[in-house]
Amino acid sequence: MKIAILALQGAFAEHEHMLHRLGIETILIREHWEDASGLIIPGGESTSMMRIMKDEGLFEPLRQAILDELPVFGTCAGLIMLDRNHLGVMDIKARRNAYGRQLGSFNTEEEFAGIGRIPMTFIRAPYIEEAGPEVEILARVDSKAVAARQKNMLVTAFHPELTDDTRIHELFLKMATTVSKEQP
Amino acid sequence: MEDRTTLNRQLAQMLKGGVIMDVTTPEQARIAEAAGACAVMALERIPADIRAAGGVSRMSDPKMIRGIQEAVTIPVMAKCRIGHFAEAQILEAIEIDYIDESEVLSPADDIYHIDKRKFKVPFVCGAKDLGEALRRINEGATMIRTKGEPGTGDIIQAVRHMRLMQSEIRRLVSLNDDELYEAAKQLRVPFELVQYVHENGKLPVVNFAAGGVATPADAALMMQLGAEGVFVGSGIFKSGNPEKRAQAIVKAVTNYNNPAVLASLSEDLGEAMVGINESEIQLLMAERGK
Repeated sequence: MKIAILALQGAFAEHEHMLHRLGIETILIREHWEDASGLIIPGGESTSMMRIMKDEGLFEPLRQAILDELPVFGTCAGLIMLDRNHLGVMDIKARRNAYGRQLGSFNTEEEFAGIGRIPMTFIRAPYIEEAGPEVEILARVDSKAVAARQKNMLVTAFHPELTDDTRIHELFLKMATTVSKEQP
Repeated sequence: MEDRTTLNRQLAQMLKGGVIMDVTTPEQARIAEAAGACAVMALERIPADIRAAGGVSRMSDPKMIRGIQEAVTIPVMAKCRIGHFAEAQILEAIEIDYIDESEVLSPADDIYHIDKRKFKVPFVCGAKDLGEALRRINEGATMIRTKGEPGTGDIIQAVRHMRLMQSEIRRLVSLNDDELYEAAKQLRVPFELVQYVHENGKLPVVNFAAGGVATPADAALMMQLGAEGVFVGSGIFKSGNPEKRAQAIVKAVTNYNNPAVLASLSEDLGEAMVGINESEIQLLMAERGK
């Protein structure tokens, strides 16, 4: 199995290290989409990544691949990019900089559905302010939704790639395995 | 390590692969954001104009910085003078996302840098070599950039500083464990920092290039030399077509290893900033704060 990581800007290397630790092969996506069993959209600045993505002609191919059920995992800026107002593939509305500026960044530990308590790092993070009926909320912090899944799409407002805890990446790899098995 | 220091180092990780642009007005900030900047540096005068104006150069008006904070959603940074902890306190009070304790402004203290561990807000500092970088990190900086030579549009100093830092890092990696104590002594930094570099082959914080970047090729050069992202000061808004140049430099940082992409990005950018050669300048800002 090979997982693609969007490498336009941001903390893509951290996801790469996480997957290598789990023995998974990775490919960095910069100019054009290359087929893989799954895609990770990392943390960084969503305005910056959106701009580069559109200019490099990656917007449509990625959007189409996700609509065709490519498993995708977005963290922080990645969550924002998958929402209704950006790639428009996931039925959620993200609130950008929901915790304010850098002085509002924080660490915490909360329950994640099906996994248990996990460490969560929020850096100038968003949260999910609206979610459609097909979206399953997987974690909340102070009653705000910070992780969710809808079919082939997994998002977290926090950064599992910045911690030593591999369980969320393993959950995503399980999603990627299931979908690739279903394909002929 | 303290929670806050880790979170501040992690914000710098999110900026990697990006371009941080100097802006002097909300309008410029919006242009920078739309062009794909991952952060902006709010300041009253860009380095080229500071250089031209001469005199004492200080922290910008907080009201002007606030105007820029309101204009964009990306992180906003601002500069304070080396050693001027009161300016830093003011910037923290307006919730700036990153403070640049910068040699571009006139230093306020010729011995002591700011004790950055006392602050919650993160700091980026300039460095010419590994010793300076590790000393700033020891004082609490959570991001490093080369000093380069601000406001010149001449890349030579940034190249020199990045090459020196990288070669000193490679040297530390090659040392025997029992040689690290002497290396720490020579670099005038704590043993633990030297040990970290020895084991990991890199600084414990993100390292950007700054000071003299004017073209997409300059940005790509610095990335290939090991920078994790780029600051562009005078290079954008002192050029003929700031919008186009800003976009081109953003894309050059993403595609720094792809000459074909760089070639097309470098076309038709209009006039670059005029630039001053290293040998023509009177004031070496890089010599401030060691």
